[in-house]
Amino acid sequence: MKVRITPQGREIEVTGVRTVHGLLAHLGVLEGTVLVIRGEALLTTDSQLADDQTIEIRSVVSGG
Amino acid sequence: MKCTRCRDSAELKLRAHNAAFCRTCFFEFFERRVLRAIERGRMIEAGERVLVAVSGGKDSLALWDVLARHGYATVGFHLALGIGEYSARSREACQRFASERGLQLEVTDLRAQDIAVPDLAWAARRPACAACGTAKRHFFDQAALDHGCAVLATGHNLDDEAARLLGNLMHWQTDHLARQRPVLPPPHPRFVRKVKPLFLTSELETASWAFMRGYDYVVEECPNAVGATQLTYKAALDKIEAASPGSKLFFVRDFVERGAAFFEKSAADRSAGVCTSCGQPSFGEICGFCSLRAQLERRRAARGETRRADG
Repeated sequence: MKVRITPQGREIEVTGVRTVHGLLAHLGVLEGTVLVIRGEALLTTDSQLADDQTIEIRSVVSGG
Repeated sequence: MKCTRCRDSAELKLRAHNAAFCRTCFFEFFERRVLRAIERGRMIEAGERVLVAVSGGKDSLALWDVLARHGYATVGFHLALGIGEYSARSREACQRFASERGLQLEVTDLRAQDIAVPDLAWAARRPACAACGTAKRHFFDQAALDHGCAVLATGHNLDDEAARLLGNLMHWQTDHLARQRPVLPPPHPRFVRKVKPLFLTSELETASWAFMRGYDYVVEECPNAVGATQLTYKAALDKIEAASPGSKLFFVRDFVERGAAFFEKSAADRSAGVCTSCGQPSFGEICGFCSLRAQLERRRAARGETRRADG
């Protein structure tokens, strides 16, 4: 699947991951620090993923 | 995953609340928590006008939206910081948001006044974030008075407050701890009450709300925030939260309800006078902002140049 990471603007290809939980573990991202977006919907950690999908991982962290 | 309330399909899980929500139930949950914080903290009295400081990010826009939707008389205020393209995008996001909702937005542009944040930081030889904070405090207070507002509301969220609390504790900043409150009464007649209605609302919640409600907000971070200490504290707290959900909420809420009182005696017993330069309340002869501006003028004069920010 195509994974777009924002706000960094990176795009990577990930295969063989079946759930959001698995995707976050694969990317080393903590649950709760990002939104996982598919189209117009947010996904929970148990949501199923497929290789032909495009997913956005959007950081929720702000401030400095 | 099912919505804890209606058993419909959930879009969001909030481990801190041991709950999952569909979009409709989350909207209700989010608004109720913000409104309850306002009510319990007596943040805004009936009929008071509220100046909402908006940056173009998710938190301040969410706050403005909730206040306006629930009938509070709001004026949005955006301080254009003069930090290149980032500031241009932030300003556009605020203007778009206000225009789409028919909300009143006032903008003050620092670059137009030749005092962009990068210039102030250069003049003071201080980190940009410190100069930015000084400028924001000055212009927010001034705007609240200019627009007849009794209250200044900012979008500081639970994660901001937890990181700030951790930082204050790490350095035993007892005077800062004494003032870390979601409601700060004005210490001078020319100051207004300052409130943080999102202080118990997490970044995950505000980001989810902003996404679900279709905001076109600025997702990118301020370029000056790279490497900021607050982000280090946030990352540490995120790890604690992942291992023990609800930790941030307990940390901040219990500090406000039980811990803050221990630091009250540490609050500096200072009464504000008036800045001889700008007329705003000040604890010295001139206020921090006017001092910063004077430093910039002196440094420019010494160099015989007029340094201006890019962008």
